[in-house]
Amino acid sequence: MSAPSLNAALLLLADSRLPAGGHGHSGGAEAAIAAGAVRDLPTLAAFLRGRLATSGLVAACLAASACALAASSAGSGTAGDPAGAPPGGWAELDAEAGARTASPAQREASRVQGRLLLRTARRIWPSPVLDGLARAVPEGAHHPVALGAAAGVAGCAPGEAALAAAYAAVTGPATAAVRLLGLDPVAVHRLLADLAPDLERAASTGSGAAASPASVPPPRTAASVWAELPAHSAPALDLLAERHLRAGLRLFVS
Amino acid sequence: MTARAVLATAPGPGGRTVLATMRSAPPITLRRTGPGQVYLVATAAGPLGGDDLALDIDVAPGTALDVRSVASTLVLPGPRPGSAPEESSMTITARIGAGASLRFAPEPTVLAAGCRHRMTVRLELAPDARVLWREEIVFGRYGEAPGRCRTRFDAVVGGRPLLRQEFTVGDPAIDASPAVYGDARCVGGTLITGPPGTAGSGSLLAGEAVIGDGWAVLPLAGPGVLVSALAPDAAGLRRRLERGETAALPR
Amino acid sequence: MGADHDDRHHAPHPHGRALRLGVGGPVGSGKTALTAALCRALGRTLRLAVVTNDIYTTEDADFLRRAGVLDPGRIAAVQTGCCPHTAIRDDIAANLDAVETLEERFGPLDLVIVESGGDNLTATFSRGLADRQIFVLDVSGGDKVPRKGGPGVTTADLLVINKTDLAPMVGADLTVMSRDAAAVREGRPVLFTSIRQEPEAHAVAEWVIGVVEAWAHGHGTGPRGHGHDSGSPGPGHRAGSPGHSHDHTPV
Ligand SMILES: Nc1nc2c(ncn2[C@@H]2O[C@H](COP(=O)(O)OP(=O)(O)OP(=O)(O)O)[C@@H](O)[C@H]2O)c(=O)[nH]1
Ligand SMILES: [Mg+2]
Repeated sequence: MSAPSLNAALLLLADSRLPAGGHGHSGGAEAAIAAGAVRDLPTLAAFLRGRLATSGLVAACLAASACALAASSAGSGTAGDPAGAPPGGWAELDAEAGARTASPAQREASRVQGRLLLRTARRIWPSPVLDGLARAVPEGAHHPVALGAAAGVAGCAPGEAALAAAYAAVTGPATAAVRLLGLDPVAVHRLLADLAPDLERAASTGSGAAASPASVPPPRTAASVWAELPAHSAPALDLLAERHLRAGLRLFVS
Repeated sequence: MTARAVLATAPGPGGRTVLATMRSAPPITLRRTGPGQVYLVATAAGPLGGDDLALDIDVAPGTALDVRSVASTLVLPGPRPGSAPEESSMTITARIGAGASLRFAPEPTVLAAGCRHRMTVRLELAPDARVLWREEIVFGRYGEAPGRCRTRFDAVVGGRPLLRQEFTVGDPAIDASPAVYGDARCVGGTLITGPPGTAGSGSLLAGEAVIGDGWAVLPLAGPGVLVSALAPDAAGLRRRLERGETAALPR
Repeated sequence: MGADHDDRHHAPHPHGRALRLGVGGPVGSGKTALTAALCRALGRTLRLAVVTNDIYTTEDADFLRRAGVLDPGRIAAVQTGCCPHTAIRDDIAANLDAVETLEERFGPLDLVIVESGGDNLTATFSRGLADRQIFVLDVSGGDKVPRKGGPGVTTADLLVINKTDLAPMVGADLTVMSRDAAAVREGRPVLFTSIRQEPEAHAVAEWVIGVVEAWAHGHGTGPRGHGHDSGSPGPGHRAGSPGHSHDHTPV
């Protein structure tokens, strides 16, 4: 193999038709619309750009790291023995995701989506690595961690996992906005196309930041690299997520 | 200018806290104003572009420290007008030992037009350390577009990550995003940790988030809460943070 | 019934899990009313749990909890993001998660009812989610609805036509509905109900007991439909005449 191979599994993972519960989440868009902060194409564009630069970038880096960890634990047989102790790394990486998500509503949404994705991925790409992740984080892995692990097991590279995570960070809210505001779906896809360079940048940042226990030369550890992953926060998304949880009328879980 | 100020406590007689080290490094000048209480006093303008400033805080086990400042910090571009501004940086490292408590609540940092600033905070907490750490950032003086600023905040409790946050200010496409700061011109947060029910500053609210107008008390994944707030101006930001702090620490 | 019940508790379950029964149908046809009726009728003899799929709120789950027909903990609500049919057909992950969470918490169970959000005549349950499904229509849409068909009407394991008490008011001819339904359903059962008048919907409950028993004895793993009907040999399996299912005689 000289040229990097193209991985069709990436398309399956990124497709909104992947039956993993994503359709029930708006990534804060429903709350932003309810607050009047997103009301048309320009405000949606600004929302998506900000989301991608913050939680989208963080998700991309976590997903890339999870992908690298999945690949290295599959290769080295450290996926954990089927009945015994959980394999090293997953709980630590998941805790890094939790420390970057201040809002409990967002943590819960992330864990629910991660749990649903892992359930689906384990049936599509059965692997002791995914079983190990489910055991290591019984409350449900954060979504970027589950996504990256699934990508790794499906044979994707860390950069591809990062791209899928960044893509999911903007397509979920975009679809929700089409439904909730009745925006022209073609115009909204145009906004997404405009974000393509930012998506690619997030993917390459993610791939550059990814580390697995196998790839980090001592004395550094994978955990010390994960600690330094980007942590861009979006205070407005935090406030919107908490407000959404308390809204009487809502279509989306988050 | 490169400067590194150091502040360290030690247990004194009768359970009191003494300041074992208090080393000012202009422009960061430290002034003791009471037992276990220190004011940060700026003795020069800035930070200015090119400045590399650091403050190390060590709160010894069982001691208590209260750090404040007299005035807000105005971050200015470097002294070389015309050329691309150099970055200024401020790095604060704090270790808070077992049973120790730290209150760190200086006045806000104001990002003047044209500045390029980096703020790094690293907190290492013992599992039962009590901390109230407030940070406020104001996007430019009145009517002014802010320069650029990147902040990174890492709080680690007993070696486990509690909160990691970065803010980027000064990219107009992101600043005004309804997902990031929306209409706000100020962003702030107060990290509060400590065992629930400890005396002194009341008990730490556990469990559910509390939300108000422009603020929220967010229970973190680890042992602590973050009061997060956005506001149109500095006075409003302080009010919102204080409201959240009160909700988090009912008297 | 009591003896049956005990048998079921002691026999190892051939499927290793409860029967999952989907209850679908258009908005307001009486899905929640039927779910409540089944809980009333079966709650003492079967180990039950319910998942609701609300569109805007958790109203259906709240209604069932308030109705006191089942331990509130055994009722879980799933939110469907504008697309109730997606959540029961194309992407069933959230519903499966809710079902399995209930089974883990309260299991072993005999029956988990999944009520879909009100949708249109094309919304049916995926076989990955529901082992059997009931489609609920009501008479108020007019007696033409069964004739229009659609996958819900034609393929559901049981078609329930509810609110027969309203038939005189809306001028719906139950005999026409019965005949049209039989024509498109190739022998699969149809029951007429008025849950308003008969809050335990006995005929439907009997049909459900039949499918639960068949399930518990390992039947019903084969393909459904097309007269095969292996999973619904229950006492309610009497297609056709609306007069069979309850005392109310059609006008
Ligand atoms: N007259 C009459 N009303 C009924 C009957 N069954 C249900 N209703 C009423 O019809 C209305 C809708 O019933 P639900 O059970 O909430 O219907 P649903 O299909 O669950 O509705 P959605 O979940 O919103 O799609 C309620 O006001 C019920 O009281 C019946 O047999 N006769
Ligand atoms: Mg209902």
